[in-house]
Amino acid sequence: MFISMFGAVESGVIYAIMALGVYLTFRVLDFPDLTVDGSFVTGAAVASLSIVNGVPPVFATLLALLAGFAAGCITGLLHTKGKVNALLSGILMMTALYSINLRILGSPTVSMLHETTVFDQLNSIWSLTGIDQVLNGMLSMFGLDRFPKTWGIVLIMLIVTLLIKLATDYYLKTEVGLALRAIGDNKKMIRSLSANTDNLTIAGVGLSNGLVALSGALIGQLGGFADVNMGIGMIVVGLASVIIGEALFGTKTIARATLAVIGGAIIYRIIVTLALRVDFLETGDMKMITAVIVIFALVGPRILQARKEKKRRLQKRQQLSAQSGGNHHA
Amino acid sequence: MLKIANISVTFNEGTLDEKKALNGIDLEMERGDFVTVIGSNGAGKSTLMNVISGNILPDVGDVLIDGKQVVHLPEYKRSAFIGRVFQDPMAGTAPSMTIEENLAMAYSRDKKRKLKIGVTKKRKDIFREHLGTLNLGLEDRLSAKVGLLSGGERQALSLMMATFTEPNILLLDEHTAALDPSRAELITSLTEKVVRESGLTTLMVTHNMQQALDLGNRLIMMDKGQIIFEANGEAKKELTVERLLQEFQRIRGEQFEDDRVVLG
Repeated sequence: MFISMFGAVESGVIYAIMALGVYLTFRVLDFPDLTVDGSFVTGAAVASLSIVNGVPPVFATLLALLAGFAAGCITGLLHTKGKVNALLSGILMMTALYSINLRILGSPTVSMLHETTVFDQLNSIWSLTGIDQVLNGMLSMFGLDRFPKTWGIVLIMLIVTLLIKLATDYYLKTEVGLALRAIGDNKKMIRSLSANTDNLTIAGVGLSNGLVALSGALIGQLGGFADVNMGIGMIVVGLASVIIGEALFGTKTIARATLAVIGGAIIYRIIVTLALRVDFLETGDMKMITAVIVIFALVGPRILQARKEKKRRLQKRQQLSAQSGGNHHA
Repeated sequence: MLKIANISVTFNEGTLDEKKALNGIDLEMERGDFVTVIGSNGAGKSTLMNVISGNILPDVGDVLIDGKQVVHLPEYKRSAFIGRVFQDPMAGTAPSMTIEENLAMAYSRDKKRKLKIGVTKKRKDIFREHLGTLNLGLEDRLSAKVGLLSGGERQALSLMMATFTEPNILLLDEHTAALDPSRAELITSLTEKVVRESGLTTLMVTHNMQQALDLGNRLIMMDKGQIIFEANGEAKKELTVERLLQEFQRIRGEQFEDDRVVLG
């Protein structure tokens, strides 16, 4: 149980980078961008191809980020300059990317099991620190006898993800970032304040998909393979993370909202892991589970709110009738 | 400051719905001129505003700001030197962002936006000082979301955002029409004050004849895409609503028709 939860958090922290990308388009730009399903794989594909061809893993991962950025920019171009509907431009790009990803990979699946990934490098440095022994020692005091392979990935990736979060927070508070946020809030207004909304949208969608591809590259290296189908439903996973996070942790400020998205991504992984432990559910049911989670997170708060409101009105009516009843007697 | 020469705009050209919205408009405004624009239904007042702001490209004609041809500049580039307040109080501000963030965006209007923090301490002081002049208490609510403000407060904020970088041209498109009378009066007096103090070159469309007479040093009346009447300086001061209606009837030979007009 602990090991599978640990794995959920480990991958959740990496998927959180993808969720931050989805947050940028879906919430900040108000641009439902479906490119994600394709650009996630593009990230994994570019990273695996580069690594297999001897490119240093860190560099390969950065190349993946750039590839995702380029893909996102094309979606942005289609929407702004080509005046194609936002959803449709994402779908078109996602479809095109499927073929492109297959070309990059050369075959539907590419294995990196015999290659050195960014995590192998990370682990070789990490094992020198001896932190694993300390943490596992603490765990054994709680009576655990099976320990995670390494704490390095989850801790280092947590730091990396938090750094990306801080950079995103900063960016959204800059003059450029404010204008970007205004595009999702009041496009007419920010245009009348002399902002080039087209270029900002293109850059924003590009940045978002850069993060998605980075996440894909890391997930690919974590699992040791890149698969042309690994991105299917990724946008829904991203949305689930954003919506769960917002519902649980709130959105009062930008810093809070981005933290919520990271929390949402981790909790989503935990929910899926728990769901898969239920006997009658199979791996193939995961997409269904994801969809149900999103629907629940979207509709749930609204139903709760409506019930609260109904109760409040009922109370008010009772109060009033009690008062007027008293008057009649007097 | 602003020169409009021989501007014509036709909508749906070559169809049954063809409409000449503007027909050879000429208008020249000196620095500090405050022109109020009135006109009957479909006179082309809004089209004129949109041609100046770059929302609509004219078929022919020139728009010069400070001697510079801007007719081919896209809207966002032109808005570096044009401040605008729209009729809809919701249109001029971003509701889910804070007052200080909205002001910071307006502050960047005539500068290149950089990767520097938008709301700095220094800027907050500037914002607070400017907001204080509105007397609405907004200076104490810098970090409140704009969506929480009332329509009047939002319009006052829009007006400030449009003016505090002192743009070359200020365009007011019926910016008090959607407000209740007391709020409209507040915005009108704020407008008068800011235009006078900053000496802004202003063009204001209004349906309120009395407002058109009270504000500004020049008045133009439009009908069917043309400027049909103009009164400047002393001549404008002596005008009354009745005189304006008579003038219209004399020139056009028909009653002034505007289903939204407020005679004042």
